[in-house]
Amino acid sequence: MSRRKIAALTTLVALALVAAIGWFMLHPGMLPSSPASSTVTATTQTINRGEYLARAGDCVACHTAPGRKEFAGGRAMATPFGNLYVPNITPDEATGIGEWSADEFYRMMHSGVSRDGSLLYPAMPFASYTKVTRDDSDAIFAYLMSVPPVHQPNRPHELRFPFNNRDLLLGWRALYFKEGEYVSDPQQTAQWNRGAYLVQGLGHCAMCHTAINALGGSSESKAFEGGMIPNQNWYAPSLTSNREAGLGNWSIKDITDLLQVGVSHRGTVYGPMAEVVYNSLQYLSDEDVEAMAVYLKALPQRDQEVLPSSERLVSPAVMELGRKTYEQQCAMCHGREGAGMPPQYPPLANNQSITMSSPVNSIRMVLNGGYPPGTRKNPRPHGMPPFSHILGDDEVAAVVTYIRVAWGNTGTPVTTAQANELRKLLPE
Amino acid sequence: MHRVCRKLLRETILAPVIAIAMLAPVRAQAPTVPSFEKLDSMEARVQGCVTCHGQSGQGTDNGYFPRIAGKPARYLYNQLVAFRDKTREYPPMNYLVAYLPDSYLQDIAEHFAQLRPAFAAETTPMTDKAALARGEAIATVGDPGKLIPACVTCHGTGLTGMEPGIPGLVGLRSAYIVAQLTRWRVGDRHAVEPDCMKRIATRLSEADIAAVAGWLSSRRPPRDPSPESANLVRMPLACGSQGQG
Repeated sequence: MSRRKIAALTTLVALALVAAIGWFMLHPGMLPSSPASSTVTATTQTINRGEYLARAGDCVACHTAPGRKEFAGGRAMATPFGNLYVPNITPDEATGIGEWSADEFYRMMHSGVSRDGSLLYPAMPFASYTKVTRDDSDAIFAYLMSVPPVHQPNRPHELRFPFNNRDLLLGWRALYFKEGEYVSDPQQTAQWNRGAYLVQGLGHCAMCHTAINALGGSSESKAFEGGMIPNQNWYAPSLTSNREAGLGNWSIKDITDLLQVGVSHRGTVYGPMAEVVYNSLQYLSDEDVEAMAVYLKALPQRDQEVLPSSERLVSPAVMELGRKTYEQQCAMCHGREGAGMPPQYPPLANNQSITMSSPVNSIRMVLNGGYPPGTRKNPRPHGMPPFSHILGDDEVAAVVTYIRVAWGNTGTPVTTAQANELRKLLPE
Repeated sequence: MHRVCRKLLRETILAPVIAIAMLAPVRAQAPTVPSFEKLDSMEARVQGCVTCHGQSGQGTDNGYFPRIAGKPARYLYNQLVAFRDKTREYPPMNYLVAYLPDSYLQDIAEHFAQLRPAFAAETTPMTDKAALARGEAIATVGDPGKLIPACVTCHGTGLTGMEPGIPGLVGLRSAYIVAQLTRWRVGDRHAVEPDCMKRIATRLSEADIAAVAGWLSSRRPPRDPSPESANLVRMPLACGSQGQG
């Protein structure tokens, strides 16, 4: 056999091998059936712990359609690739996960592979849940098995071609998925490690606070650097920049207040983060929230890049319109000097969420107003009214510009076009 | 005067005076500008409502935002829960109350239910005499031929509503009434089953809706705009929101 033929043959064999491995990875199949599931003998303690962990993972937020039965799925999740319909995870045998085993549940959490061997779309945050321990996964499973079963068939996804082909997920997984339980960092305290475990794992904070690219992936090197939340028109600020939601110079108390109470002396949660606090974080123990705060505060902070003053120049006419609008509509609650009445009305002076590079959230707040979530520690929050029907785009842009540059704030001006774009995007 | 005394006087008397003086121009502004007296109060908490519904829930010049003051607390609570759970769809409201618990929505409902602000001045009434007459007929005697009961049977002779779940209609603008009846008719708005308003709205034509909305919006409030007591009368149709089901 000539050398060339041997080389060709070797290449063929190698290709076949790669194809076989690829096929296996794409279609891992069902797990061998395991001995009877132990969940029916789960103790009250385990089920309670599972419920707590399910709260930490905020399962209910996506797996419950508005006004429908908990965990029965059916909620439409808009993605840039089409609508996903979240599945039923109640223990109904026919339409839920009633026939799953704890092994199968762990494989789904850990590897993003469903019971029948199909690959999950990464709207399910398995890239975060892979950090969850087997023990915690078993407890969550025991809890889900204990909730009332709901008979509700899953609705098929409505993804556009080519995203409706799950085999493409192999590429996504190769690029963006690193499987593996959380590994403690022995250089850090037990508290820091607990916080890291919750933030990186069940909390799946990276789903929003790490920018998503055109392939729906987020790269690890950009972890927690912030980004627009697809289809929601809110900006999830960077957790690694003190110019955004970096918490490097916050007190631990302010961080735990923000996460668990929903309001703090430094800022308040609205929009998607209000949902997270409402459904999940308010239920976490003081110890766990403090651990998260310790970890978040210690995240490495990028340099504080203050933009040159030339980019912060505002025309006197805009500044004057902004000041007039502010004094008329905003000063009553936020104070003439932007000090607010924290924690009920957040300060605007020296507030990172006002000055960060993306003005989207500030413009949205002026247009639509907002209430922080009603939580166990703040059941009756103070709210802000919408101004979209009172202020024109020029006034919205001027007043947002004003609060971004007044009182020593180091933000940049926003344009009338930016205000107009958000007004058109948001239903009125 | 002694220096300490002067200082005391300045701090105890002058400071509040200055504070009030600073607040006064703000409070004197339009009823839709945020304003309150005490931070730890329902008045301050519901500032999120005022640019659309007015400081006391009296409504605003914008005809689409309804007066909510004085409506029965149960009715307001039902609406707030429906907005939160998206069984009543109106995106700005769905967004605002999305993460508020039942107990707080109850407090908000009770807050506005007990307010009795003045009614807005009369707006330009509908000029179409025939339509006004048709509207008055529907509202006061109904249309037996179309199985439409009179509005006043359930919404009260003074159109101020009925405890616990039927809203007052007096003080609402035509645009809002037309929009709500139309939404009911096409199935966008629902109430607790049995949904009496759905049965009624589907029996009304578009012209009927315009006529009855025009007439209702021309009504002036009675001296006491409070809702009538619960179920003093037997209602011609069963309504889930009155606890009949």
